[in-house]
Formats: sequence, structure tokens, C-alpha cells
Amino acid sequence: MSNGDPIIEARAITKSFRDPVVTPVLKGVDLKVMRGEFASVMGKSGCGKSTLLYILSTMDTDYEGELRLDGERITGAPHEHLSRLRNEKIGFVFQFHYLIPEFSVLRNVMLPGLKRGLLSEREVEERAMAHLTTMGVAHQARKLANQVSGGEKQRVAIARALINEPLILMCDEPTGNLDSRNSEIVFGIFSALAAKGQSLLVVTHDEDFAKRTHRVITMDDGRVVDQGQRRPA
Amino acid sequence: MGKRLLLSISSTLLRARLRQSIVAAVGVAISIAMYIALSGFMNGLNGLLDGLILNRTPHIRIYNEIRASDQQPLERLIERSGGRDVSHPFINRIKPKGDQIAVRNAMAVINALRSDPRVDGIAPKVNAQVFFNAGTIEVNGAVNGIDPLEEDRLLNFSEYLLGCSVSDLAASANGVVLGKGLADKMRVGLGDAVQVSTITGDRFTLKVIGFYQSGMADFDNISCFVTLATAQNLLAKPRSWITDIQVRLKDLALAPAMAKEYARRFDVDALDIQTANAQFETGSSVRSLISYVVSIVLLLVAGFGIYNILNMMIYEKLDSIAILKATGFSGGDVRAIFINLSLIIGVCGGAVGLLLGALMAIGIDHIPFHFDALPTMTTYPVDHDPKYYLIAIAFALVTTYIAGWFPARKASRIDPVEIIRGK
Repeated sequence: MSNGDPIIEARAITKSFRDPVVTPVLKGVDLKVMRGEFASVMGKSGCGKSTLLYILSTMDTDYEGELRLDGERITGAPHEHLSRLRNEKIGFVFQFHYLIPEFSVLRNVMLPGLKRGLLSEREVEERAMAHLTTMGVAHQARKLANQVSGGEKQRVAIARALINEPLILMCDEPTGNLDSRNSEIVFGIFSALAAKGQSLLVVTHDEDFAKRTHRVITMDDGRVVDQGQRRPA
Repeated sequence: MGKRLLLSISSTLLRARLRQSIVAAVGVAISIAMYIALSGFMNGLNGLLDGLILNRTPHIRIYNEIRASDQQPLERLIERSGGRDVSHPFINRIKPKGDQIAVRNAMAVINALRSDPRVDGIAPKVNAQVFFNAGTIEVNGAVNGIDPLEEDRLLNFSEYLLGCSVSDLAASANGVVLGKGLADKMRVGLGDAVQVSTITGDRFTLKVIGFYQSGMADFDNISCFVTLATAQNLLAKPRSWITDIQVRLKDLALAPAMAKEYARRFDVDALDIQTANAQFETGSSVRSLISYVVSIVLLLVAGFGIYNILNMMIYEKLDSIAILKATGFSGGDVRAIFINLSLIIGVCGGAVGLLLGALMAIGIDHIPFHFDALPTMTTYPVDHDPKYYLIAIAFALVTTYIAGWFPARKASRIDPVEIIRGK
């Protein structure tokens, strides 16, 4: 583990579901993702990898242990602050596209940028168009989000996740719902991003996908069983 | 940027559910319109009914009650001799004298009242009993000698006047305005002459120049109106002979206290409007209460409509809410989005409601309506006070805000993880 400071660092994360009986899901997970790293979390269904990702993403605050993002301890931070962190420092891609159907593709990409309020609406729009062009979906920009195909939606979602230049891009089964051709396109985008120094953390149960990332973290039954070896890109 | 962004998200969500939103807005619009129309109408009627009493009753009436002397000479003698009856009573009862019915020193009293800053206006009056000679029989009549212009300003005299204006009466030397019932009884029309005998036996001829209709048969059957000077001539009294001074105050609420003050100061009887019409306030406030209750119920129903639609919308939008939260919108932002939604519905519905309400009020104002007590009125009375419009829009906004607040709070508390996981 070299290459500078960790972007995100989890220490002894423990979480249990309490409904209806107490079921431990995470049993003391330690994990670090370094700057510029393209890491993946592998594991069987129900091993807790998604749960871990939600905790890392700051959306789930109901856990024990400590979480640091970019050197700042964020465990126990107020919700408003976490919302801002998510907006500014974390990008998300989900298994299901999760675009807002009432908005156009372009507007969907722009929303987090507008929320951040750092740039003018025009600048945000230019940047969104640039990302859409990179993703190869610029021609769909003016369509409503539910009028484009599944693979395109996922690429739009990646463009949205990148709009605020996040420190880390977190993905929950980003190719889980796509056919092999679209999966390949998405992986290509991720590789290109990683090559430009973007940190990525991808949760997946697709072994082929995981193997091609820089580092494969393996989880089983709520524990990290293998932190993986960093493999040169 | 922040607020505008949230507002634009709200309006996009709204447009996506345009039909439901319009239904909700129509609910608000109808209740606002009904509130305005109902309040205007009920208060118009209320004002009319109140006016029947208020306009005909001066705030303070100054007069001299006919009564026997409070202290008879005999009592004074007994008092002076220490309670022993030592007298030989010759005079034991002093009866009321004729000229007592006039207010003593009326001109001075009027001048004093005119300089009182609390007084809005005064109308002097001469009341007299007469007989009208109709063929072979004599009809009992009550002459009201008035200053027509002041009487109109203070007591809306012209509203009850048919066939002539107040200035016609003011300008005529021997004109009389007959009560409608009285005129019908004698079968006289405009321009006819009527014979009047006073109780002292003098006879006069008066010319009918108009009719008076108050809707109260007892009053219309015996009353007639002439100018102050004509009445004083009938009675052969000087210009200073006044039986009633009617006072209108700037503030009605001061009437009881001021009546007492005047009674003491001028040594007269003074009757305030509150004492004269004790029950009328109750009826008036009950009528207002009913109109408020009806309106509030209407607005509450509209509020529930909005609440329902927003709740439904939130269930439909769980995914969108989860994305917004995942991409950095806080619970407060989400709440603001849904409260905005509700307020947009409220503002649009409210604006349409105001317009609709104004149209309905104007419509009611044009429905023909004839009321015996107010012969000059031809359509339903409607109160177009801007107050009702303000209350309506304020209540619409408050209701929609509250109706939006509960669903919005629910939306703000949605845990995005649960939604994203649930897929």
C-alpha cells in the first residue's frame, strides 16, 4: 500500500440488521482505497459487500467503527454535512441506472453540479455535455431519461457521477443489469477514467470484471478475507 | 442558485403529474372562490340586516323623557322639617308640562356637540303628533321634522325614499314625504295635497312629494317626514324648538359612556345604540361565525386533497428522492422540493380562486333581489371588501403549506439505502 494517502479508509466497521432478529452483516471490516486506485470488492451474494459500499458512501450511518474520507473523520458527522460530502467528493453508479425519469438526460447529469452551486448553470451544462460526449451519449442529451436504452442510461449515470469531479467513484454492480456488450463499454469507460487517475471502488460479483481492476478485495460472510495485491495498471 | 434549483425540480415534478396537480389546484381554487363569494354574500346580507338597525338608530339620541317631577314639593317640605309631616299639603302632584318635550337650550347643546371631536355628525329632529284628514275620518300620524341632508348623511335616509330625493324635501316649504302605508291608507299619490290637523286644532295643507318605506308596517303606517322648519311651523314653535338630537359618533363603541356624559352635562335623557338594541349584536356575530365555519371547512377539504396528492406523488417518486439524496441533496432540500410543490399548487389554485371568487361575487351582486325594507335596493347585497381576498389567499397558503409539510417531512426522512437496496 503505497501511492500516497487513502481516499477512503474504513476501520473495524461492524453492522447488524436488527429486523426481526439481530443478524450481523459486517464483522469488523478494514479497508483502504488509495488515490488513483481502481479497486473492486468481490464476494458472494449476501456477504455484505453492498452494505459496506453504502456505509462507505456515507448514506448508511448506522454502523460501528470509523470511517475517514480524504483524511477527515466522518463517522457521526451531521446529515447535512454528509449530503455535502456526497455531492462534492463521491460519485455514484448503481446497478439500476437511477436517473430521474421526469428530467432530460442532460438535466439529470447537471443536477448534482447545480446543487453544488460552484459553477454557473451554463458552465455546468458545458461540463455535462463534455462528459456525455466522453460517454458517447451526447446525441441523447435532450431526450427524457426514460427514453434511452439501458446501456445508455448507465453511461449517463456515470456522467452524472463525474460532474462534480469526485475524489472517488463508487459503483454498486454497475454492469449487473447490462448485456455483455454494454458491460464492455462501461468497463472501458472505467479503465479510461482510472488511467486518468480517477479513484474507483466497484462492488461486483462478476469475476471477469473484477480481475481486470487494479486490486480485488474479497469478502466473505461480513469480513474481508483478502485485501488483494495492487497490480500495476 | 440553491433555491432556484429546488424550485425548478419542484416544477418539473409537477409538470410530470400535471393532471393530478391541476385537480389539486382546482380544489384549492373552488374553496377559495366559495370562501370569497360566501363571505362577501353573507357579510353583505349581514351588513344589510345590521344596517336596518344601525342606520335607523342614532348612536346617541338626546331627548327629554316626559315624566313627573322627580321631587314633588311635598317631599321637599318633609325633608326640610326633618321627616316630620308638619305641612298642609295643597300641591301634591306636579304633572308634566307640555313644553318639556323639547330639549332645553337645544341650540347651545347642538353647538357644544358640534365642537366635540368624537362626534361625526348630528341631526336635529322635531317629533309631533298630528291627524291627517282623510275624507270624514281622521288618521293618526306622526310627523318627523328633519334636516333631510344631515338625516341622509347620518342615517341613510335616502335609501328608504321613493319618488323624490333628499334635496327635493330640503328645498320644499310645505312638502311631505308620507309613509307608504299611510299614503295607501289615504289613497294619495305624488303631487296630491293632504290636510293635517295638529293637536292644538290648527290646520295645514301639505303637498305629497315622495314616499317612505322602511319595511316596518307599524312605522310606515303612521309616519311622515317634513323639514325641521315645516314641523316647527305646524306646532307654532320657534326655530330653537327641537325634541330630539341624533348624534353619530366616529367610534360606535364609545356610545354608552358618552350617552351618560351628555345626560349629566346637558341635563337631558340620552339613549345609546347598544342599550337601544341589545340583542342585535348576538345575531350578527352568530351569522359571521357560520360563514367562517363553512369557509374553513371548504379550505380544509382542499387541504386534504393536496395532502393526498402529495403523499401519492412521494410514493411514486421514492426512486427519484433516493437519487437526489445519493447525489448530495440533503433531507432539507427534499423537504423544500415537496413544500414548493404544495405551495405552487396553493398559489396557482389560490390565484384562480381569487379571480373565480371575484366573478362569483360580482355575479351574486347582479341577481335581482327586492326587499321591502330597502326600496332602493334591486340586487343582492355583496360585500366586496378586499379583506376577504386577503384572508382567502393567506388561508390557502397556510393550508397548502401544512398539507405539504407532512408528506414533505416524510420524503425528507426517506432512507435512500432502503430504496436502492429494495430493487
